[in-house]
Amino acid sequence: MSTEAVKLLSVAIAISVGAIAPAVGIGMIGSKAVEALGRNPEAESAIRTTMILALAFAEAVAIYALVVALILKFA
Amino acid sequence: MPHISIKAEIIFHLLGFGVTNSMIASAIVFLLTIFIAFYYKHQSTLKTKGNFYYLIKFFVKTIYDLFYSVLGDKTNVFFPLLFAFFFYILLENWFGLLPGVGSLLVKVKEGHEEVFVPLLRGNNADLNATLALAIISILSIQFYSIKFLGVKKYLHKFFNFSDPISFFVGILDILSEFSKVLSFAFRLFGNIFAGEVLLTIVAFLVPVLASFPFIGLEIFVGLVQALVFSMLTAVFLSGAIAEHH
Repeated sequence: MSTEAVKLLSVAIAISVGAIAPAVGIGMIGSKAVEALGRNPEAESAIRTTMILALAFAEAVAIYALVVALILKFA
Repeated sequence: MPHISIKAEIIFHLLGFGVTNSMIASAIVFLLTIFIAFYYKHQSTLKTKGNFYYLIKFFVKTIYDLFYSVLGDKTNVFFPLLFAFFFYILLENWFGLLPGVGSLLVKVKEGHEEVFVPLLRGNNADLNATLALAIISILSIQFYSIKFLGVKKYLHKFFNFSDPISFFVGILDILSEFSKVLSFAFRLFGNIFAGEVLLTIVAFLVPVLASFPFIGLEIFVGLVQALVFSMLTAVFLSGAIAEHH
């Protein structure tokens, strides 16, 4: 394999493996938020705010992988 | 493929100091923030107020209520810092989405050849800017922690010699303060830079109309990241000023 091919492959692996755990996490956050809403519909705004914050944390891990992939690709 | 640069490009040199395109954008947003702050202050003294005043007031009120749920009766002390973070980051993120930012090019001499670089660049798509914001945030957390707890209790949080476990936890706490800086900086930079790359690629693949939903997404991401940055600072602050046992 040429250096260029390995580089492209490493970019793909970095983002695809790095996206697995955040995807599972975001799914769990969403499912739990809907569960909480079902139990306590009055607390909708509080649940939504907390959920978006938690989503941003879970997403941040995927973003780290994305930053690594972008650095590999463009720098 | 469109050219994507992960670092900000130098536009001109001022006394041997390279002024980058993200610094020009940040200066514009900085002036805008100051202008809006003075406008708001001026309008609040008038009898008949403009629509813009009520728009800003809506933001201030919503964010205040949000912080109140975290900080409680200490909100008034920290609100200026936290809202400044929120508002500045929000304007920076949205400024980067304006037409012309990243697409207006200027000719710059690089070594012996002339290259075209964007005149403006969304400031949070530059790691230096987000790192600066993160350092300000963490240093102000340490400052308020010392102010509220006193030097002795503050140091006791990190250097606890009563038993081996607390000693080790103290060392981990010191490390976590440094990792907070990194996670703050990379979260904001990653989200905004990834957004810019996404918009560039989509506009390159489908030139007409396809960018529209993504711009909507980026407006939302910009708001959420501004909120997350200031909210996290608030959460860390409330932890840092609480008495430990």
